[in-house]
Amino acid sequence: MIINGVHIDETFAEAFPMRATRVIVTAQNLKWAHHAAQAMTGFATSVIACGCEAGIERELDPAETPDGRPGVSALLFAMGGKGLAKQLETRAGQCVLTSPTSALFAGIDEGEQIPLGKNLRYFGDGFQISKRIGGKRYWRVPVMDGEFLCQETTGMIKAVGGGNFLILAESQPQALAACEAAIEAMRRIPNVIMPFPGGVVRSGSKVGSKYKTLPASTNDAFCPTLKGQTRTELSPEIESVMEIVIDGLSDADITKAMRAGIEAACGLGAANGIRRVSAGNYGGKLGPFLFHLREIMA
Amino acid sequence: MTALSFTLKSPLQQRLDVSPLVPDLLVGKSQKEVSALTLQYGNHRIAAGELFAIEGDDAESVRISGSPKLDFAGRGMTRGSLVIEGDAGAYAGMHMKGGRLYVSGSAGLYTACELKGGIVEISGNVGDLLGGALPGNKKGMSEGVVIVRGDAGDRVGDHMRRGSILIEGNAGSYLGARMTAGTIAVRGRIGACAGYAMKRGTLLLYGSPVAIGATFNDCGLHTLGFLPLLLKGYYGLDTWFSGPQARRARARRLAGDLSVQGKGEILLVA
Repeated sequence: MIINGVHIDETFAEAFPMRATRVIVTAQNLKWAHHAAQAMTGFATSVIACGCEAGIERELDPAETPDGRPGVSALLFAMGGKGLAKQLETRAGQCVLTSPTSALFAGIDEGEQIPLGKNLRYFGDGFQISKRIGGKRYWRVPVMDGEFLCQETTGMIKAVGGGNFLILAESQPQALAACEAAIEAMRRIPNVIMPFPGGVVRSGSKVGSKYKTLPASTNDAFCPTLKGQTRTELSPEIESVMEIVIDGLSDADITKAMRAGIEAACGLGAANGIRRVSAGNYGGKLGPFLFHLREIMA
Repeated sequence: MTALSFTLKSPLQQRLDVSPLVPDLLVGKSQKEVSALTLQYGNHRIAAGELFAIEGDDAESVRISGSPKLDFAGRGMTRGSLVIEGDAGAYAGMHMKGGRLYVSGSAGLYTACELKGGIVEISGNVGDLLGGALPGNKKGMSEGVVIVRGDAGDRVGDHMRRGSILIEGNAGSYLGARMTAGTIAVRGRIGACAGYAMKRGTLLLYGSPVAIGATFNDCGLHTLGFLPLLLKGYYGLDTWFSGPQARRARARRLAGDLSVQGKGEILLVA
């Protein structure tokens, strides 16, 4: 399959089940909602060492938020429920509770409920106040700028992590430009995040390493500077490879995002140095979700 | 289908317990069975058919013609709607768990006492101890919403545990006395001793109070983020508090009652 001169490999991205939740961070204005949400989702690129994968899903109008203020929604993913609950609580406590004018609400009602303000309330040192509004419990925690309003719990649901595709280009700037175009298109798709910085990963990894302590190491088959040193997957003209990793609330959400992203990258086409689109997989042994590139783009 | 209607054949001479006339107990019954239901009328029991002209067939929607002697309307109901056309007596909505009770006139003492859920709406005034605990009990209303368009008597929300009481008129003395939690909002004036011995909970006052007790301390004027959220919770209810005129975020916060636990608050809406 070739789209606008870009070869789509006959391969698949391999994804695995995760647990996810959505939270809504509001503040006096979008600037401060972003400050809180960015801090909360910071250092959450990969479960390999971050504990969770997280990112800002989208900005919300005041009409869409529970307290009628500007806000953003963020998605957090982890390999299990306990890990997700721990990460959420730590990050909410350190990054949202501390951020001026912020409030924190559940973004998913269904599923198993995990603590949001349930334990953070104790920061109020006995002065915290509970309110049940519309069947939901909220906590008003007195803080120095007023009150930190936080919903007691948020819903945790089954989700999918590790959807991905690789963009292979003739130069580093061209690969990055294609990735930027892809991310811009993918950010318009709901229920997904691209957790790496700017949505793009340059360190696509393989499982294991020659060093016993490392669970993952550089994907030498896709490293352009190792073409002559290892069993490469790259043809001579490929100088740069970048990956986009996608976590979604369902496999259908990831499919939609991958299609939008690949379409945008291919929009630049071979004329702009974009030569191939491929995907990362481990032969189908990593997870049950397989995203075949050609089926997605058919 | 039309609402199952009970129209009084003549004015009541004694107090009448209408607690059996709720959708929970009427659904599935034939009109003959409904007519044969016995009600406590003063010191004796009487068949419903002797007191009321009964019409209609939709037992999920019950209408009863009102009287100040009509006690226990909607007691313990969990579903459907019950409309009292006119006044209701004491204990309207007592122990209700769900559904909707509407009184187009006024209601007496202990309206919505120990309410556990559902919506109670009174077009006129209510007597004392609205949403309170029964004598000797320590837990008043524990869930649900009560809307009063007129005035309320003394000791509204006595021992109240949770839920909301919205009073569009004035309220008497000892508003929210001994409250454990919950919210009482009053648009009009209130009497003396508001929040007496309240441990937790919120009194949201739009009118000027007569006096606030010395055991409440002023915490200053604040923009409270939870206030718009709280008022948003009343959207969809037909009340002044769900309208744009009630939407405020600024309030003076008085903490108390400091003679007890002191975690309650009186919010004087700015």
